[in-house]
Amino acid sequence: MEKLLEIKNIFANVDKKEILKGLNLVINKGETHVIMGPNGAGKSTLANVILNKPAYTKQSGKILFDDVDITDLRTDQIARQGIFMSFQQPVEIEGISFFDFVKTAKASIDGKPVSYFEFKDKFEALIEKLGISKEFENRDLNVGFSGGEKKKAEILQLLALEPKLAILDETDSGLDVDAIKIVSRGVEMFKNENNAVLIITHSSKMLENLKPDFVHILVDGKIVETAGAELVEKIEKYGYADYKSVNQITGDENE
Amino acid sequence: MSKIESPNHSFYDFKNKDNYEYKIKKGLSKEIVEEISKRKNEPQWLLDIRLKALEIYDKLELPIWGPDLSELDIDDISTYVKPKTDKKSTWEEVPEDIKSTFDKLGIPKAEHKYLAGVEAQYDSEVVYHSIKNEMQKHGVIYTDIDSAIKEYPELVKEYFSKCVPLTEHKFIALHYAVFSGGSFVYVPKGVKLELRLQSYYRLNSPESGQFEHTLIIVEEGASLHFIEGCSAPKYSKVNLHAGCVELFVKDDAYLRYSTIENWSKNMFNLNTKKAILEKGAKVDWISGSFGSRVSMLYPMSVLKGDNSSTEYTGISFAGQGQNIDTGFKVVHIGKNTSSNIVSKSISKDGGVATYRSLVAVLETAENAKCSVNCDGLMLDNISKSDTIPVNFIENSNIVFSHEAKVGKLSEEAIYYLTTRGLSEDDAKALLVRGFASPISKQLPLEYAVEMNRLINIELEEVKKND
Repeated sequence: MEKLLEIKNIFANVDKKEILKGLNLVINKGETHVIMGPNGAGKSTLANVILNKPAYTKQSGKILFDDVDITDLRTDQIARQGIFMSFQQPVEIEGISFFDFVKTAKASIDGKPVSYFEFKDKFEALIEKLGISKEFENRDLNVGFSGGEKKKAEILQLLALEPKLAILDETDSGLDVDAIKIVSRGVEMFKNENNAVLIITHSSKMLENLKPDFVHILVDGKIVETAGAELVEKIEKYGYADYKSVNQITGDENE
Repeated sequence: MSKIESPNHSFYDFKNKDNYEYKIKKGLSKEIVEEISKRKNEPQWLLDIRLKALEIYDKLELPIWGPDLSELDIDDISTYVKPKTDKKSTWEEVPEDIKSTFDKLGIPKAEHKYLAGVEAQYDSEVVYHSIKNEMQKHGVIYTDIDSAIKEYPELVKEYFSKCVPLTEHKFIALHYAVFSGGSFVYVPKGVKLELRLQSYYRLNSPESGQFEHTLIIVEEGASLHFIEGCSAPKYSKVNLHAGCVELFVKDDAYLRYSTIENWSKNMFNLNTKKAILEKGAKVDWISGSFGSRVSMLYPMSVLKGDNSSTEYTGISFAGQGQNIDTGFKVVHIGKNTSSNIVSKSISKDGGVATYRSLVAVLETAENAKCSVNCDGLMLDNISKSDTIPVNFIENSNIVFSHEAKVGKLSEEAIYYLTTRGLSEDDAKALLVRGFASPISKQLPLEYAVEMNRLINIELEEVKKND
């Protein structure tokens, strides 16, 4: 089993508040991982800490990706190492078309110019596959896109940029049936034995069509349980209440 | 996205030796005004206008609003510099140093590819002029203003100073006193020009001023796209540009007036542009203001005829030490007139960008529509962006909307772009270009490319100064 991502005992702050409190995670190539947890557990923080978003400061710990220490790399460097993160609410960018943007991103990630015609064919094949209307190609990136269209646009970027690790931040989209379908189809198209997927979600509904290899429960900045897909059912039945109380007790003990 | 050429700071900044044939002594006096007129061998009526303007200049005060002009001293400015050449009609005849200037600016290349006529002014005089034969066949006149005064005296006299009066403001009075060079365009009734005409103004001489006068008449049902470009190398002392543009657009005629100004950062750009529109006429202004120490530039459309309309699309960029005060003025007089104003400004490194506008809707302007939309983008915490609109609305049966936004580059947008592999600098450049795109989209491709290059040069300077 080839290790792709290894997070070693990460402590991280946002605005001086400690959010991640000693988090460990290993993702191997070919695997699909899911991180679930209650609101405020640090799910989105984890994704942003991996990408080293400014304002998220690591206090200690290490992140290794494909044998490279990416702990202190800049966001764009991490992206170029092969980590993609899809946004829950992708930013609307005026004045640059969807196509031009993805082409620019592709050239940045690959570190070399992209052949216009080759890329155009590939892009158009992808929009067709994802059921995105062709007129979006020349529309400003995400501007006026509906929620579902934005989600598709993110998945398209995932497929076009071909990262080694896809982090899908779906923290709040657990109840949107369309979003769930788009994401699960996208993951299906993306997955192969040389890459990996990390899905971050609040709700088990996200996982109906996905077969994760591992499910992790993140509570109060730590992974408190890791198991197979069966863990999803447990969460569906009982929620996070058990973990919370467990954690609170341990938290109290620590104090 | 087209990959942008690597920015080159010196692109516009090359300077030639101040190799003039004649440079008038600095300052402003009756003697100087008479000398300019004499050297141009002008008719008396024009000298009379110059002298009257000089009197008005002496009486008028500096504006009490807007950027500080105290650094500008007309006693340090030479108002007339004649280059060492006459007007030529082939580039081969133009002296090498001047020709290479316009080569570097890409003028002959653009002429060959896209233009129906070209005029190039160097300091105070037009040094190159050409117009495609078929234009002349249609009766189109495109020539420098001095030649027009001699060759079409009645036509020039009928329109000259009738759109922008001598009394408009102090620097217009100065302009009329010492004006030299500029273009004259006459498009006869019904003639629609497919290709564009372009005039380019280059001020090479230090401690001097450029005062070109552009007069354009578009007759009934005719149409024209006119482009002007301006640039200058940077000197340690102040230069002055006080041009004047007078546009007469007749019934159902169309004029598109595009400008990219990229003055050096020692330039006071105090320019005046105005159009008078008759029934059903339309004027589109596209304006890019880059460079200059101080710019005060507020193109104006007078919607005189019923159903006339105008659009203004402008962008300005204020960097370190720059105060760019631009905007638009529109007067609605006729019925069913409409105006649409889109203005964008970018400021960085302590630059000051101000949008200043005047919208006047007179009582007669029944059913007028006016929409104003201005956006200011500040790239750091020390720069300024301001919006100063003035509206006079005398008719209640109109539709008027005004939207103003001032903001900064979104951190979240920069982060989003960096997660897609773009460096922070590339992300910022992309966002700024995107912000400017409503304007660059209005420009012909090659000018849009030039504008993007200017934006990249400005952004590159941000990086350098960080």
